[in-house]
Amino acid sequence: MKKMIQIENLSKVYGGGFKALNNINLTIKEGEIFALLGPNGAGKTTLISAICGIVNPTSGTVTVNGHDIIKDYRETRALIGLVPQELTTDAFESVWSTVSFSRGLFGKAPDPAHIEKVLKDLSLWDKKDNMLMTLSGGMKRRVLIAKALSHEPQILFLDEPTAGVDVELRKDMWQMVRELRANGVTIILTTHYIEEAEEMADRIGVINNGEIILVEEKSELMQKLGKKELYLELQETHDQLPDNLNEFDLELIEEGTRLKYTYDTQSERTGITTMLNAVSECGIKFKDLNTKQSSLEEIFVELVKKNHE
Amino acid sequence: MNSHAIIAIYKYEMARAFRTIGQSIASPVISTALYFVVFGSAIGSRITEIDGVSYGAFIVPGLIMLSLLTQSIANASFGIFFPKFTGTIYEILSAPISPLEIVLGYVGAATTKSLILGIIILATAALFVPLEIKHPFIMLFFMTLTALTFSLFGFIIGVWATGFEKLQIIPLLVITPLVFLGGTFYSINMLPPFWQTVTLFNPVVYLISGFRWSFYEIADVDIAFSLAMISLTLAIFLAIVWWIFRSGYQLKT
Ligand SMILES: Nc1ncnc2c1ncn2[C@@H]1O[C@H](COP(=O)(O)OP(=O)(O)O)[C@@H](O)[C@H]1O
Ligand SMILES: [Mg+2]
Repeated sequence: MKKMIQIENLSKVYGGGFKALNNINLTIKEGEIFALLGPNGAGKTTLISAICGIVNPTSGTVTVNGHDIIKDYRETRALIGLVPQELTTDAFESVWSTVSFSRGLFGKAPDPAHIEKVLKDLSLWDKKDNMLMTLSGGMKRRVLIAKALSHEPQILFLDEPTAGVDVELRKDMWQMVRELRANGVTIILTTHYIEEAEEMADRIGVINNGEIILVEEKSELMQKLGKKELYLELQETHDQLPDNLNEFDLELIEEGTRLKYTYDTQSERTGITTMLNAVSECGIKFKDLNTKQSSLEEIFVELVKKNHE
Repeated sequence: MNSHAIIAIYKYEMARAFRTIGQSIASPVISTALYFVVFGSAIGSRITEIDGVSYGAFIVPGLIMLSLLTQSIANASFGIFFPKFTGTIYEILSAPISPLEIVLGYVGAATTKSLILGIIILATAALFVPLEIKHPFIMLFFMTLTALTFSLFGFIIGVWATGFEKLQIIPLLVITPLVFLGGTFYSINMLPPFWQTVTLFNPVVYLISGFRWSFYEIADVDIAFSLAMISLTLAIFLAIVWWIFRSGYQLKT
């Protein structure tokens, strides 16, 4: 698949000497939904800002559709629509005029039919003559999306799109994102909500402390790093485990009524058979067993912890 | 050239002025009228003529310049400061638009607004004193050059300012004194020789002198020299704007 965005050795040191991005290498493929996942302050917004031209990179290069973002900024920026994290809008402009303004700013001839479609898709049509300051936060977020889509971008950045957004808008937004993807638009969204990445993305990149810790297909990530847990429902309660079970990653939980075994799905041998044999050798009887895949949230916490060590 | 973007910014800035049309036009017109009442009538009854021109008529070019200067700066500085203040500047910075195009949009709109205002004040003045304009085209040229130069200056201030205080400090502390000491209300020949020399370091003197010449063919300094000085000022501001965009100063981190 074609590379849409290619980031090489990108670093950003802010004025005060703070290194917000540390040698980022990342490729975004055409037409995919890429989720950039990371805690607050990880550098997500900085990374997007650098690609869009809002922040000057300190070193490294970024190309968008084969064009350098500095040398050929006209080509690259015309391809990009950006929905910023902060709800920054004018106060006295109308919805219609602010969205039309964006289209012009991005070098496109006026096209009222397109603006109308965008506003209708985002349920903003009946608000088109309203002043921006009269809109609710959710409506303003919709306006920002409409502005980003006003010039028919091929790449859409959504910076924490669902932060503080109601359920309805969230649904609408994911619907819209799927439609855009169906039309070939590449979408990069940042979030610190795991479910969001889990729900929407094709691929996930995890960023922490200005570094990309890993990039994976979502399904692979879930599988690869997914620790699985095996629960044994015990017939009798136990106060503690016999010593010869120490070699296994076993834990007595719920007042000794359950035994939890954690294993890596990625390893060749899960050790389940040996563990079960050892458990019965110790005379521990169980009546049921079940397994549980760890969520992305847990994976994430794990990753960030590792990165800190 | 991204002409759609220039037009978008230009229209946006013009619309901003029309939303507050009362404030944009009424306040300069009222203050100009007040100057006529206070200076033109009260003082004008004592000073009857300067260089063969009635005092009321003598101060007209200076008063127009006063409004042109302050309004150009106020308008252009606010135009670029406000998006910075609210955060909407992100859109300008991420757009496929060159620095020149940004300047054309913002400064072009501010210049237009100042010119419209200048003409309105000229019309207001005509209600108070009989006016003659010996060189209307040179007059318009001066007006345009001044509006452009000081809109550029305003743009620079708007980029530089990090708060409303800074936005107002230069117009207040620098421009107003320069304008008042620039020969709006008197001919600099009326000053003692030492102060005449000091005055020659005030760029506004050249503006007012040249502008007044286009009305009455009277001037404190040679018209050609006036033109050269304004052009020099314009060139300096252009260079500063060029540097701002090259370095990303105060716009990008
Ligand atoms: N303009 C700035 N000047 C200095 N430091 C900044 C600036 N913007 C962001 N930072 C710092 O850079 C880090 C990354 O910020 P950001 O990219 O906004 O993170 P995220 O979007 O992942 O929450 C944070 O520690 C933040 O404090
Ligand atoms: Mg952020």
